[in-house]
Amino acid sequence: MPPILELRKLVKHYPGQQAVREISLAIPRGSFFSLLGPSGCGKTTTLRLIAGFEQPTSGEVLLNGEIVNHRKPYERNVSTVFQNYALFPHLTARANVEFGLKRHRATDIDRRVREALELVGLTGKESRRPAQLSGGERQRVALARSLVLQPDVLLLDEPLAALDPKLRKQMRVELKAMQRHAGVTFLLVTHDQQEALSMSDGLAVMNEGRIEQVGSPEGVYLRPSTRFVASFLGAVNWISGAGIRPESVRLLAPGDDTPDRHVRGVVSGSVFLGDCVQVQVRLSGEVDAVAQLPRGAALFQPGDAVQFTWSAADEITFL
Amino acid sequence: MKRWLGFYAVAFFAFLHLPLLTLAFFSFNSSRFTKWEHFSLDWYRAIIRDPQILEGTWNSVVIALWATVLSTVIGTLCAYGLCKRNSRTPTGALYLSLVTPEIVSGIALLALFQWAFRWLHWQLGLYTVVLAHVAFCIAYVVIVVSARLRTLSPALEEAAMDLGATPWQAFWYVTLPALAPGILAAALLALTVSFDDYVITSMVAGVDSETLPMVIYAMARRGASPVINAISALITVVFGVLILLSERARET
Amino acid sequence: MKLRTCFLLPAWLAMALLFAVPFVIVLAYSFLTRGVYGGMVPPWTTESYRRLFDALYLAILGRSFAMALAATALCLLLAFPAALFISRAARHRNLYLQLVMLPFWTSFLVRTYAWIFLLRDTGLFNTILLSLGIIHSPLPLLYNDGAVLLGLVYGYLPFMVLPIYATLERLDPALAEAAADLGARPLTTVWHIVVPLSRPGIVAGSVLVFIPCLGAYLTPALLGGGRTVMVGNLVQNQFTTARGWPFGAAVSIALMALVTLVLVVFLRRESEPLA
Repeated sequence: MPPILELRKLVKHYPGQQAVREISLAIPRGSFFSLLGPSGCGKTTTLRLIAGFEQPTSGEVLLNGEIVNHRKPYERNVSTVFQNYALFPHLTARANVEFGLKRHRATDIDRRVREALELVGLTGKESRRPAQLSGGERQRVALARSLVLQPDVLLLDEPLAALDPKLRKQMRVELKAMQRHAGVTFLLVTHDQQEALSMSDGLAVMNEGRIEQVGSPEGVYLRPSTRFVASFLGAVNWISGAGIRPESVRLLAPGDDTPDRHVRGVVSGSVFLGDCVQVQVRLSGEVDAVAQLPRGAALFQPGDAVQFTWSAADEITFL
Repeated sequence: MKRWLGFYAVAFFAFLHLPLLTLAFFSFNSSRFTKWEHFSLDWYRAIIRDPQILEGTWNSVVIALWATVLSTVIGTLCAYGLCKRNSRTPTGALYLSLVTPEIVSGIALLALFQWAFRWLHWQLGLYTVVLAHVAFCIAYVVIVVSARLRTLSPALEEAAMDLGATPWQAFWYVTLPALAPGILAAALLALTVSFDDYVITSMVAGVDSETLPMVIYAMARRGASPVINAISALITVVFGVLILLSERARET
Repeated sequence: MKLRTCFLLPAWLAMALLFAVPFVIVLAYSFLTRGVYGGMVPPWTTESYRRLFDALYLAILGRSFAMALAATALCLLLAFPAALFISRAARHRNLYLQLVMLPFWTSFLVRTYAWIFLLRDTGLFNTILLSLGIIHSPLPLLYNDGAVLLGLVYGYLPFMVLPIYATLERLDPALAEAAADLGARPLTTVWHIVVPLSRPGIVAGSVLVFIPCLGAYLTPALLGGGRTVMVGNLVQNQFTTARGWPFGAAVSIALMALVTLVLVVFLRRESEPLA
């Protein structure tokens, strides 16, 4: 069976700008996949090319192994959850969910709408209008509205960006659960690496219109293939060509013996972060580095001489 | 200073509203002079008995309704067609039509009709007035509806198409209903502007199409009369009720 | 998209037929002469435009310009404090705004007529003054330049209040507080901080008032009693007399040119970046 969604050498030029430069990607059926990258990296453009709101300059979009370039948005079986949800303000939650079904002249509309609203946990609020719903509830309507159509791929454009931080964390878990339950392929676009890492089965990191790396969250985080990917997914100390994540670092007193790699340095400050402590160390050669230590670890005062150590296995290197 | 500003505001609003209020007040005066005698509805009875006023009102209503319907449809479609477009020409023409002095529009339309009548053997009548009113109402409708359109997210139509609606369906089921309050406000503005117009109307009206403003103008040229006071009060109240209704419609 | 283009068609048609074509006809007429049997006929001539420079017509143009300028200045003077009051009101701001808008929704003709009712010899003002014994014969309040000016100001005042209010409302209240904090008295603050910052609103309001005043016809016709002739009345006169069409057309074109000029000059100034 072909992948549910495939991009072949997709290119999109705007006047004076190359938004997407030759992207090729295959997304497996039923997976939760993320496009991760900084703003302006072309991820939203890619999404709009898949949805059909934009036409590619060259290259192909395939759904179920079939080229859909020439198809209008309403002729593609993909559906988008917009960043600000784009709910129809004059329609109730129920009517918003019904909208797509009616356009497709579906049968059994009542039951399908009820099930979709149940899936997203909105039962009892069907007759409210978007203005009478909270931010989280609006998002649920947007999800139900798209999911009820059982799209081949559900496209989510920064769906959590408009929510407050606490709700955002809760929705991560719920989104993942909904995806499993509905069995629909999700393609999420985000600039938040935690979001991408915590929800995805697979992800692609984008930068300046190109895909830098594709892989599983662990793979991309632990074995980034470029400096950009390494830095974008989390803080990195660069020490003589190798990358060391702050949480891989241990600090030892100068006299202690260690089998690991080590560099001498002097503590220059520390920040208490609640669940951990970040210690800044000035290494020999005037290089600043950061170590993230558990709260209970032996503490050093600014000015203390230390050994900055890490295991070779945790090093990020590029071939 | 805050206090002086308050005093000033009272005077300002008095200046704005007292003329109309006294006007309405003296429409209930039994005397035709500006000295209060006693309450009377005589001047309102005079309106009903005056065939010229009644016919003028009827003509004005017919013209205003036609002009409103036509200009609202054309203007709404135009506003929709213009949004997201970068071409400035159509908007420029619309604004130019808005700042053209009424008397100039009036004579220009008169010139057009006279010129056209050399080939078509028609005459000035209600329909020439309707056409003239449509011409100046479109700009108002476009401006009001465009303002409302700008508050709608462009993602709305994309969402509709994404859910399977064709461009036409997206317009019909999503954009148009979401625009409804703006369209209503625009229609109301067109209605009042059309109903009130004297300058352009007087240039292009035929002998059989005298409108209410033309009747009032002719009477006012002869000097003040309590009958005009009474008509004025009625017009103001009817417009006021229409505005209130539209405000209520906008809130729901 | 295709749909959008279709939607523009009716408006295009209407604007072309009812705005562009009439304008072209008027432009053509302004260069023609009236024939013996009616209708505009050649020779093509600039005679009508040369007549514009007769002292009589220059005076009318000048008076219209002065009237419109005076009306704009008066509106600005009256509207600014009112807009300031509304923007600083703690409550009922919407109510005040609607009170300003209300006359805009009522008939312009009725509002103009109200001043005939108030200013005529047997009008409210003269009646009150007479009965108080302040005067012994009615003052000639109506049918003069003053009455026309009053009518113009009254008619277009809302156009000045709203744009000024719109800019004042967006003004950060902390700016006025900062000025006061630095020792500026309230009037100083208004003059040196609030007025300069509300310039966009003042410019927009002035254009909105000046342009209709310049081409006003109804107000001078009703309140000027035929004595004060502004450009608008001149145009109307020419078109109601048989021989005047070419000259009336030339005056119209000149008026349009003036309006466009004012619009272009003001809008260009407004689009200059604010310091």
